[in-house]
Amino acid sequence: MSVARDRARYIGWRLAQAVPTLLLIVTLNFLLVHLAPGNAADVLAGEAGSATPQYMAFLRHEFGLDQPLYVQYLDYLRNVVSLDLGYSFREGMPVRDLIATRLGPTLLLMGTTIVLSIGLGVLFGLLAGTRPNSLRDNVISVFALVSYATPLFWVGLMLIVLFAIELRWLPTSGMVNIAAFYTGWAKAGDIARHLVLPAITLSLFYMALYVRLMRASILEQRGMDYVVTARSKGLTERAITYRHVLRNASLPIVTMAGVQIGNLLGGSVVVETVFGWPGIGLLAYKALFARDLNLLLGVFFVAACLVIVVNIVVDVIYTMLDPRIGLR
Amino acid sequence: MATSSPILDVRGLTVDLPPWADRPQAVSDVSLTLARDEILCVVGESGSGKSVMARAVMRLLPQPHLRASAGSILLDGEDVLRLSDARMRELRGRRVSMIFQEPMTALNPVKTIGAQIEEVLALHTTLRKRERVQRIVEMLAAVRLPNAAHLVDAYPHQLSGGQRQRAMIAMALILEPALVIADEPTTALDVTTQKGILALFREIQRARHIGVLFITHDFGVVADIADRVAVMQHGRVVEIGTREAVLNAPAHPYTQALIAAVPSLEPHARRIAPDAPVVLRVERLEKTYHSGGGFGRGRRVVPAVRSVDLAIRHGETLGVVGESGSGKSTLARCIVRLVDAERGAVLMSGVDLMRLSRRELRKHRRQIQTVFQDPYGSLDPRSRIGRLIAEGPIVHGVPEAEAMSRAYALLELVGLDRRSADRFPHEFSGGQRQRIGIARALALEPAVLIADEPVSALDVSVQAQVLRLLADIRDRLKLSMLFITHDLRVAAQVCDTIAVMRAGEIVEYGAVGDIFASPSHPYTRELFGAVPGRHWRHPTRAESHSPVNPT
Amino acid sequence: MSAFLRRFMRNQAAFAGLLVLLAIVAVAIAGPSLFLHAGPFELAGPPFSPPFGRYPLGTDMLGRNELAGLVYGARTSLLIGLAATLFATLLGVVTGGLAGYYGGALDHALMRVTEMFQTIPSFLFAILVVAILSPSIRTVILAIAIVSWPPMARLVRGEFRSLRNREFVQACIAMGMSDTRVILLHVLPNCVSSIIVTGSLLVATAILTESALSFLGLSDPNVMSWGFMVGAARDFLQRAWWLCAIPGVAILVTVLAINLVGDGLNDALNPRLRH
Repeated sequence: MSVARDRARYIGWRLAQAVPTLLLIVTLNFLLVHLAPGNAADVLAGEAGSATPQYMAFLRHEFGLDQPLYVQYLDYLRNVVSLDLGYSFREGMPVRDLIATRLGPTLLLMGTTIVLSIGLGVLFGLLAGTRPNSLRDNVISVFALVSYATPLFWVGLMLIVLFAIELRWLPTSGMVNIAAFYTGWAKAGDIARHLVLPAITLSLFYMALYVRLMRASILEQRGMDYVVTARSKGLTERAITYRHVLRNASLPIVTMAGVQIGNLLGGSVVVETVFGWPGIGLLAYKALFARDLNLLLGVFFVAACLVIVVNIVVDVIYTMLDPRIGLR
Repeated sequence: MATSSPILDVRGLTVDLPPWADRPQAVSDVSLTLARDEILCVVGESGSGKSVMARAVMRLLPQPHLRASAGSILLDGEDVLRLSDARMRELRGRRVSMIFQEPMTALNPVKTIGAQIEEVLALHTTLRKRERVQRIVEMLAAVRLPNAAHLVDAYPHQLSGGQRQRAMIAMALILEPALVIADEPTTALDVTTQKGILALFREIQRARHIGVLFITHDFGVVADIADRVAVMQHGRVVEIGTREAVLNAPAHPYTQALIAAVPSLEPHARRIAPDAPVVLRVERLEKTYHSGGGFGRGRRVVPAVRSVDLAIRHGETLGVVGESGSGKSTLARCIVRLVDAERGAVLMSGVDLMRLSRRELRKHRRQIQTVFQDPYGSLDPRSRIGRLIAEGPIVHGVPEAEAMSRAYALLELVGLDRRSADRFPHEFSGGQRQRIGIARALALEPAVLIADEPVSALDVSVQAQVLRLLADIRDRLKLSMLFITHDLRVAAQVCDTIAVMRAGEIVEYGAVGDIFASPSHPYTRELFGAVPGRHWRHPTRAESHSPVNPT
Repeated sequence: MSAFLRRFMRNQAAFAGLLVLLAIVAVAIAGPSLFLHAGPFELAGPPFSPPFGRYPLGTDMLGRNELAGLVYGARTSLLIGLAATLFATLLGVVTGGLAGYYGGALDHALMRVTEMFQTIPSFLFAILVVAILSPSIRTVILAIAIVSWPPMARLVRGEFRSLRNREFVQACIAMGMSDTRVILLHVLPNCVSSIIVTGSLLVATAILTESALSFLGLSDPNVMSWGFMVGAARDFLQRAWWLCAIPGVAILVTVLAINLVGDGLNDALNPRLRH
C-alpha cells in the first residue's frame, strides 16, 4: 500500500512544516500581550478591579514579569509546548480544560456548516452554471449575491425573530433545553433542533461564496476542449455535465474550502454569540468582555491548530481528486 | 474500387457568425464530397472556415453563436443538419468521429485513458466489461502505443504529446466509423512525432477503408497524405481536385500564392566572406534548471543547455534548429542574459557579457536585440507602438524627439504607415505586430539580431512576407543574425550556417548547403526525414530577395 | 477608456450599484450637516418610538435618533472600509510585487508569511488586535488592514510573476531598462485592473468585518457605527426588532452596492464573451 505510505509521509511532512508557523503564532501571542498598553500583569489579571498592590506584585512575580523578556519568552514557549495555556481568572479553570469542554460544540457547528455550505453551494452553482442567464440562474445568482453581502450577525438575529419569536418553531438560543433532561436519541434531537438556526446562519454566507465560485467554474469548464470531445463521442449534455464537468469544476471549491476555514472559525465567534451556542467562539466573546486575555490567546492558539489540521486534510483530499497533483 | 456513393456530401453549406464578428459568415456556400476510401485534405489559413466546416459535419458548432443557416450535409445519405438530437448522438462516435488538435486539452485530465475510451463503447455497444477492456487494449496496440495494458490506467498528463494523440486516434477509431474528421491533429506536435502520426493515419486508412477529412494549414502534410485537396479562403472553397492537380498545377490565384509562399527545402546560396570578423562568440555555455525539492525529496534537474559553442561572423545568419525541448530558446535567453547560465562565455567585441555586472550589462545590451515569437505577447498592450519602439533609445539617453523620429523611420522601414505610431498593439494583425517587434529591435541599432521563432505563430503567407522583410533588412543594415526555428524550410531560406540542437547539445554544425545536401549525424538525418512533403517540388519558385511587400 | 466606461454602464446591475453607492456617500458627507442640532448620541425623544411615526426611523432603547445613527454610521463604515483597504492595498502591492518580480528568497519569505496569515483565523486576530490595543478608529483600521493584506499580496504576486515572464517584459529587460522602470511603466499598469477589482471587494469585506467587530463591542466608543447599533439592540429583539433590522439593512445595501460595482468593474475590465 505505497499510496497509504506516501500519504502518511506527506502528512508527517506537513505537520513538520506547520511547526515554524505555530512558533510564529506563539511568538505573536507573546508580543501582543506585551504590546498592550499598561503592565502585562494588569492585562493578564484582567479587569480585576479590586486588585490590591500586593496582589499585583504577587501576580508579577508569579508570571515572572520581573524577569528579563527573553526568559519570559522561553517560559511561555515551554508552557505552550506542554499544552499549559495558562489559567483563566474569571472562569477559575485552566484555559486548556475550558477550551476542551467547548471544542465539541464548535466542531459540530463547523462540520454541519461545511457540509451544508459545500453541498448546497455545489448543487446550486451547478444548477446556475449549466443554464447560464436563464431564470433559474438569475434567481440563484441574485440570492447568492444578496447572501454574500449580508452580515452574519444580522442574518442570525432576523432568523431568530422570524422562526423563534414569531413562529415559535425553533428555540432562540443555546444548544440544549436545560430544563428537560433529555438523554440518548431525544438529546440528539434536541441538539439538532438547536443546531438548525445557527448552522443556517453560518452557512448562508459561505454557500453564497461557493455558489458563485462553482458557477464560474462550471462556465469555465464548459468552454474546454474535452467537453467538445465528449460531445463528439455521442454523450448527452446531462452526461457530459455529471460525468466530466462536475469533477473538474469542483476542484477550485475544495481549494477554497481550505482557505475559508480560518474565516469560518471567525464567523463562528459571531454566530455562537448571537445564538448562545456554547463553543469556543462564545468562549472567546466572553473572554473579550472579561478582558481575560489569557483565555483569548488560548482560544486563538487552538483555533490556529485547528486550521492547520483541516488544511492538511483538505490538501490530501485534493490530491485524491486531481490526479495531476501528486503528494509532494 | 467500385464507385459507390460518397460517405460525405456537403452541399451549399453556410454557417452564420454572430453579429459582432468581422464578417457575416464563417462558411459560405461550401460544397465538397468525400469518397468512402480516401483522404481529403482541407487546406486554409487561419480564418478560412475550415475548422468551422469540420465541426458542422458533426454538429459540434458552439451554439447559439454559430448556426448552419443553409445547405445540407449528407453523411451516408442522412442529412446531419436535419436530424434529431438523439439520432445525431447515435451517429457520433459510431459512424463519424473526430480527432482534435490539442490532445492535452481535448482529453479530460481527471479520467484515465481507458475510462475515456471505454465511454464510447459503453454508449454505443452492449459489450461486457471484460470484452470492452479487451477491445481497448487491442486498439491501443493497433495505434502502436507501447505497454497498452498498462496505458489503460494512465492519465493524460502522464503521456507524451504524441502518445496522447495516438490515444485520441484509438478513441476515434474503436467503433470503426466510416468517416473520421481530423482537425489539425499534428499541428501541436514536433516534426518527428508528426511523421509517426501521419504514417499511422495512412496505415489505418488503407487497412480499414475509412474516409478521412483531414484539416491542415501545412502544404507539406497535404503533399504527404492527401488523395484529394480542397483549398479554402474566407469561408469558401476556391479550389478542389486531386493532389497532383492542386499541388503541382494550381488553378486559383490564391492557391498559387499560398503554395509559392511555402519555403522550399532547397537552401539558397549566399556568399559570406570567410575572413569576416566574428561578432558573437559563445563558448561552453551551460544552463541547468533545478526545480522542486526541499527536505530531501527529489529535486528535478533538467540540463537545458550542455556546453554549447558557436560563432557568428559579420553579416552571417546562423540558424539554430531543433524540436521543442532541445534548448534552443534557453540558449537564446542565456546569450542575452534574460536567464543566467551557470558556465560559459558570451563574447562580443572582446567583452564577455557573462562577466558584466547588471549595470555594465545594461550599456552593452543595446548591441544585441531580440525579436520574439508570440506576436500577441511581445508588445505591451498598454503602450502606443511609437512609444514602444522609441523607448529603447530613450532609456539609453537619446532625446525623446530624436527617438520618436527614429521610430517613425523604422515603422516605414518595416512597411507600416508612420501614423500607426499612435495606435495600440491590439489594433494590428499578427504579421503587423511582428513587424513592430522587428522595428523595436532595430531601434537600438544592434550589431546582432536574435530572432526566436519569429514566424512560427504566423500564417504561411504572412510568414513569407515577414521573412522577406527580415532578409531585406539584414542585407541593408549588414546585420548578423541568430535565427532560431524548428522549421527546416524556413531555415533553408534564411540561414547561411546551421547548428542542429538536440537535448541541449549541438549535434551538427555547418554551412546550410552542406548539411542539407548530406546530413551526417543520425538525428539530423531523422529530422530531415521527418519534414512533411520533402519529396514534393514546388511548381512555381519565387526566388528570395523580392522587394519588401507592405501589408 | 471610453470603451471601458461604455461596457460598465451597459451593465445595469453595476450601474444601479454605483448609483446607490454614490447616494450613500452623499448621505455620509452631507448628512451630518442636516443634523447640526443633534449628533447620533444625543437623546432625541422617548425610547422605542416606532419608525414612520414622529421620528423618521424611530428612536432606540435610549431615545437616540435612529436615522441620525444611520447617517453617522455611514461615515464610519465608509471611512474605515476605505482607509483599511488603502493600507492593505499599498502593503500588498509592494510586498506582492517585489516577491513576484524578483522571486527567490524574497518570494519564499513572503509565501511563508502569507501562509501564516492564512492559518491564523483572521477575524479572531482582528479581535485580538483591537481588544489589546483598545478600540478606536485607528486600531480598527489597523486590525482590518493587517488581516486583509495577504490576499492582495498573493494576487499581486501572481500577476507580477506571470507578467515577468511575458515576452514584452522580457523585451524591456533585454533593451537595458532598469527594474524600476520596467515595474512602474510596464508591469504595474497591466495589473491595475485586477488590483482595482480586488480592492473594491476588499472594501466590502472590510465593512462587513468592521460591523462584526462593532457588533461584538469593539468599536470606537466616540463614534456611531451600524454594527454597534445592532449589537446594542440585541437584548430588545422581542420588543423592538426593527432596531436590529434597520442598521443591518443599511450594511447589506452598502456591501451589496459595492459588490455590484466590483463585479461590474471586473466584467468591464476583462471583457469575455458571455456564452
